[in-house]
Amino acid sequence: MLELNATTLAFFVFAILSLGGALGVVTSSNLIHGALYLILSLFGGAGFFVLLSAPFMAAVQVLVYIGAIAILIIFAVMLTRSMTRMTEVYNRQWWLSALVGTLLLLMLALGVIFPVWGEGGMLPNQPVSNEVATTEALGVAFVSGDQFVLPFEISSLLLTGAMIGAIVLARDTEAS
Amino acid sequence: MSLVNEWAFIGLFIAVAWLLPTLPLVVAWVFQPRKPNAIKMQTYECGVETVGDTWVQFKVQYYIYGLIFLVFDIELIFLFPWAMAYNKLSFFAFGAGLLFIFLLSDALIYAWRKNALEWA
Amino acid sequence: MNGEAAACVNIVETLSSCLVAGGMAPGLASFIQTLMGVVLVSAFPLVLVIFLIWVERKVAARVQDRVGPNRVGPYGLLQSFADAIKLILKEDIIPAGADRLIFNVAPIIAVLSVLLIWAVIPFSPVHIGADLSIGLLYFVSVSSIGALAIMMAGWASNNKYALLGAFRVVAQLVSYEVPMVVSLLVPVLIVGSLSMQTIVRAQIGMWFIVPGLLSAIIFYISNLAETGRAPFDLIEAESELVAGYNIEYSGMKFGLFMANEFMHAFTVNVLFAVIFLGGWSGPGAEQFPLLGFLYLLAKTALVYVFSLILRATVPRVRIDQMMSFNWKFLVPLSIVNLLVIALLLQVTRALGIAPAPGETDFLANLPQALVLLAGNLVIIAGTLAILRNSGRRERLAEQTVVTSRAIVPVGSGD
Repeated sequence: MLELNATTLAFFVFAILSLGGALGVVTSSNLIHGALYLILSLFGGAGFFVLLSAPFMAAVQVLVYIGAIAILIIFAVMLTRSMTRMTEVYNRQWWLSALVGTLLLLMLALGVIFPVWGEGGMLPNQPVSNEVATTEALGVAFVSGDQFVLPFEISSLLLTGAMIGAIVLARDTEAS
Repeated sequence: MSLVNEWAFIGLFIAVAWLLPTLPLVVAWVFQPRKPNAIKMQTYECGVETVGDTWVQFKVQYYIYGLIFLVFDIELIFLFPWAMAYNKLSFFAFGAGLLFIFLLSDALIYAWRKNALEWA
Repeated sequence: MNGEAAACVNIVETLSSCLVAGGMAPGLASFIQTLMGVVLVSAFPLVLVIFLIWVERKVAARVQDRVGPNRVGPYGLLQSFADAIKLILKEDIIPAGADRLIFNVAPIIAVLSVLLIWAVIPFSPVHIGADLSIGLLYFVSVSSIGALAIMMAGWASNNKYALLGAFRVVAQLVSYEVPMVVSLLVPVLIVGSLSMQTIVRAQIGMWFIVPGLLSAIIFYISNLAETGRAPFDLIEAESELVAGYNIEYSGMKFGLFMANEFMHAFTVNVLFAVIFLGGWSGPGAEQFPLLGFLYLLAKTALVYVFSLILRATVPRVRIDQMMSFNWKFLVPLSIVNLLVIALLLQVTRALGIAPAPGETDFLANLPQALVLLAGNLVIIAGTLAILRNSGRRERLAEQTVVTSRAIVPVGSGD
C-alpha cells in the first residue's frame, strides 16, 4: 500500500511536525511556548508545499508566516500579562468539540477522501493533476488579461486597506 | 525528479547542520566549571537589584513596524513571480506592476503622513 | 544536484563508488555522499569564521593606527583559537527564571539560519550545494528566521534589558528586509530566474553591478543593517542597553552569537559577490572550476574588507535615525529604482538593444547595461538633488530661527 521511500518518510516527518505543533499550541499553558509550537507547525506546512512541487509556496510560507506573522504574534503575546501561566480553562465543553471534530474527520474521510482517491474510487491513487506549474507561469498568470490580473490588482488594494486600517487601529489612542 | 534531490539536500542540511554549532556547546559542557550560587543566577541590571516585574511596557511602535513590514512582505511575494516572468511579457506587465506598486506606495505615504513611521 | 555528484572526481564520489563496489546499496551510498556534501558545506563557514575574526581585528587595528593581535602565533593568527578555548572553559550561567530550553536553543537556531544560506551558494560552475529554483527567495526566507532566534534569546533571558534589546533588534532587522528584497528584485527582473546558478551564469557577459548599481548599493546598505554591522551596530553597542539581547549569555553560547555575527556578515558579502559581482565568473572559470571558486573568494574578500574599513570609519546612527532612514529614504528609493529599471527594460526590449537571454558576449550586453546604468545615475542624481535642497531648506530655516532668537535678548537686556 504505502511504499517506504524518502518521500513517504518526509511526509510523515512533516505530518508529525504540523500535527504535533498544532497540538502543542492548544495544550501548552505557556503562551510563548504556544507561539513557538505554532512556528513548528508552520514549518511542517512549508515542508508539505515542497513535497507538492511548489517550492515557491514553501518559501512564501516561511517568509510570510514565520518571518512576519509569527513575530507579530509573539509581539502580541508579550502584551499579555500572565503569559507564562495561563491556567484558566475556557473550554468546558471540550467533550462536545472532541465529538464534533471526530465526526468531521469521519465525514471527510468516508465521504470525500476514500470515494475519490481510494481503491475503486474516481481517481484511484492518482493525484489531482500531473502538471507542475512553475513560478514563471504564476508570474505570467498574474498579468495576463484573461487570467489573474484583476485579482492581482485587487489584492494590492486589499493590502493597502489592511495597512491603513491597522495604522488607524494601532494609533487610535493618539491624536492623528 | 531533481526537485526532490535538491530539497533532499536542504532537508538533510536542516537535519544535520544544527549538530555543528552544538558541538562546541557539548565540548564546553564537558569542560566548564560548575559553581552555581545565588548571586550569579540573578538577573543582570547593571549591578543593582531588579526593579519591577520582568514584563516590560511594550511600545506600540514595534508592532506597527512589524505590521508595515508584513504588508510590504506580501506585496513582495506577489512581485517575485511578476519579476521572474517579466522578460517574456509585454508592456502591459509593466503597467500592471506599476499599478500594484503605486497602490502600495499610497499606503506607505499614508503611514508617513500619519506619523506611523516615527520612532517616538 | 548536490555539490560533489557532478562531473568531478574527488574523495566523496570515490568514497561512494567504493562503498557501492563493496556491496552497499546505491541508495545508501548516495545518501552518505549527500551527507558528506552537507557536512562540507556547513563546516566551511564555521571554519572560516575563525580566520574572519582575525582579519577583522587586524583591519580595525590598522585603521586605528595600532597593530592588533600579534602575540598568539605568528601575526596573531591563533588568537581566535585562544579566544575559543577561553570561552569553552567559562562557566555557563543560566539566570534564575530563564526558560531553559529556549535559552539553550536560541544560539543554535541563530547559527543554523546563517548556515542554511550556504546550501544555495554557487561555489563554482559545477559545485553547489543545492541549485534550488527559488534560490534567492530561499535566502530571504531563511534570513528572516534569524530575527526569530534573537527574539527567543531576548525573551528567554528573563531580563528586561535583554527583552528591550531584542525588540529593537527585531524591529531593525524586520524593517531593513524591505529595501533588501526590493533591491533583489532588480537582478531577478534582468535575469528572469531566482536560481543562483542562473544568476551567476547570466553575469558572464556583464556583472549586475553595472545595470543595477543603485540596487547593489541599496542591497549592501540593507545588509549592513540586517547583520548589525556599522554604522547600524546598535545591536551590539555596549554603551546602550548594556549589550542587548545576549547579555545573560556566557561562555560558548555567547561565543556562538559572536561567531554568528561574523559569519552572517561574511555570508551576505558572499551573496553580494554572487548576485552583483558575478560570483565565480571570470576568465577561465568554465574550464577550471576551482579557479571560479578562487574568483568568488577574491571578490568576497574585497567586499568584506570594504565593510570592515567602513566599520572602523563611520559613527553609529541612532535607532530613530535608522528607522527614518529606512522607511522614509531607502524604501521609496528602492521602489522608484525598481520601477525605473522595469520601464527601461521594456524600453530596451522594444528598441531591440536587449541581449538574448544567456548572452555571454560583453559587447552584446553593453548597450542595455549602459542604458540601465544611465537610468540608475539619473535616479542617484535626482535623489542627491532632492536631499541637497531639503538640507539647504532646513539649514536656512534654522538660521532664521537662530538670528531671530539672537535679536531679542539684546533688546530685552536693559
